[in-house]
Amino acid sequence: MGNPMKIRAAAKDGVTEVKILMQHEMETGLRKEADGTLVPAWFITEVKAQHLGRTVLEAQFGQSISKNPYLLFRFKGGAVGEKITVSWVDNKGDKREDEAVIGA
Amino acid sequence: MNTEIDLARRKALKAGGGIGLFALFGALGLLRPGMAFADWNKTAFSAKTMDEALTAMGVATPENNAVFIQLTVPEIAENGAIVPVKVASTLLNVEQISILVDKNPNVLAANFIFPAGTESMVTTRVKMGQTCNVVALVKADGKFYRTSKEVKVTAGGCGG
Amino acid sequence: MNTSNVKKIFLLCALAASSAVLAVEGDVSDSDRIAQYREMISDGNPADFDEMNGAELWKKVAGPKQATLEKCDLGKGAGVVKGAYAELPRYFKDTQKVQDLESRLLTCMTTLQGIPEEEITAKPFSSDKRKSDISALATYVVGQSKGIKMAVSLKHPKEKEAYEIGKRVFNYRAGPYDFACSTCHATSNVRIRMQDLPNFHVKKDAQDAYSSWPAYRVSQGLTRSFQWRLNDCFRQQRFPEPKFVSEVTVALTMYLAVSANGAEYAGPGLKR
Repeated sequence: MGNPMKIRAAAKDGVTEVKILMQHEMETGLRKEADGTLVPAWFITEVKAQHLGRTVLEAQFGQSISKNPYLLFRFKGGAVGEKITVSWVDNKGDKREDEAVIGA
Repeated sequence: MNTEIDLARRKALKAGGGIGLFALFGALGLLRPGMAFADWNKTAFSAKTMDEALTAMGVATPENNAVFIQLTVPEIAENGAIVPVKVASTLLNVEQISILVDKNPNVLAANFIFPAGTESMVTTRVKMGQTCNVVALVKADGKFYRTSKEVKVTAGGCGG
Repeated sequence: MNTSNVKKIFLLCALAASSAVLAVEGDVSDSDRIAQYREMISDGNPADFDEMNGAELWKKVAGPKQATLEKCDLGKGAGVVKGAYAELPRYFKDTQKVQDLESRLLTCMTTLQGIPEEEITAKPFSSDKRKSDISALATYVVGQSKGIKMAVSLKHPKEKEAYEIGKRVFNYRAGPYDFACSTCHATSNVRIRMQDLPNFHVKKDAQDAYSSWPAYRVSQGLTRSFQWRLNDCFRQQRFPEPKFVSEVTVALTMYLAVSANGAEYAGPGLKR
């Protein structure tokens, strides 16, 4: 079970802007510890954002995405008070799902 | 992994009503654990060079197009661990936007899949090991377009 | 070939020799480019997670006394967090000391929750392996002063005294390199590699620097507290490592905070 995301969503003029900040180490698998041992790759592979059960964005990540990944996108529709659900899975099979309510 | 089959599968999944079919596939053991989102392209995400990545993604020669793709990156990244990248496109029917980092050990950073109704724009952050080109690859109406910009990565100092 | 071209070539040679520096082209300076970069990453600060975590810890029952920190007096009355950081450090009657945020949190954790001081001060800073509770709490508290003007008081004689000590510490040359804070931070247009260094004798520099700490350090992937920041200054000067929330670090914080008075507090920040 991953750590909570921070999701902000705001509707304006019929368009909802979604900003997501995920908590994840996003280890490349290339970094070494001080003692020389390789830190194994550990990163989010897929992210899905849904609005009222409909997918509004799907993302697939590789090792080159920064630690604590950030996403910003916009979709048509969405109203204040409605829910946005974001979920991710990582290469170790860990997952996380969080919700946010669309604000103004 | 064959991209065409991959896409066909995604379409089938979409047509099949998403979650229900995922659950069914899961139950049948057709998905690896933790991969319930289906089609993460391992070959493309493991690619060490731009050519390898594009081949794995089923892209032949993307057309250069800096007019219809707006790639926003900083000229200098103070720290390569966080390089903000914004890609937007004025092309019609954008299905997918990919971000690739030319000299990274793993070139392909991300794929974004845009359902109808989602604006053809995304902002994210990538890691960059050194100064090089960031490539935005846009798939619209089944055709691939690209543009690129160089980001200078500095070593950063001490203090703050 | 005119002089400017000669200069350019000379500059390019110099640049080729030193790897981390970049050429200045046209009117846009590297400082402007870095400012552009900082602006682009300003939304989505991972320090938000420490704020969230700190807010939880504030309300969480902990320690032998099984208490929360909700009655902690940060100077504006028991439990008042909003705006508290903008007035710290300050003199506290109960401890008869000038305290910065972290030393005050330490007081609250020991008195209200009964957690032994040694337990908290043994590892006051976060690492990859272990997050520090007091650091997360500090991040939460500073976040509650965002947008509030810095107004650190010098009314109490002890506050004035701390300020004067802090000023001396700032200018105190010592260590194997005969260094002082002022060696790097009392002159304008000085930089280390790509980083412009704030001149604390210039009000705006002092305000911008102080009001953007604590901050999430991208290069370390961790949110760093002000005590950590000063600790690192001491390290860079090759001074002995100061004790956590020692009188000297609190006094230096007092001097720097007063230098920043009037600034809108903008932290937690996001730094390279």
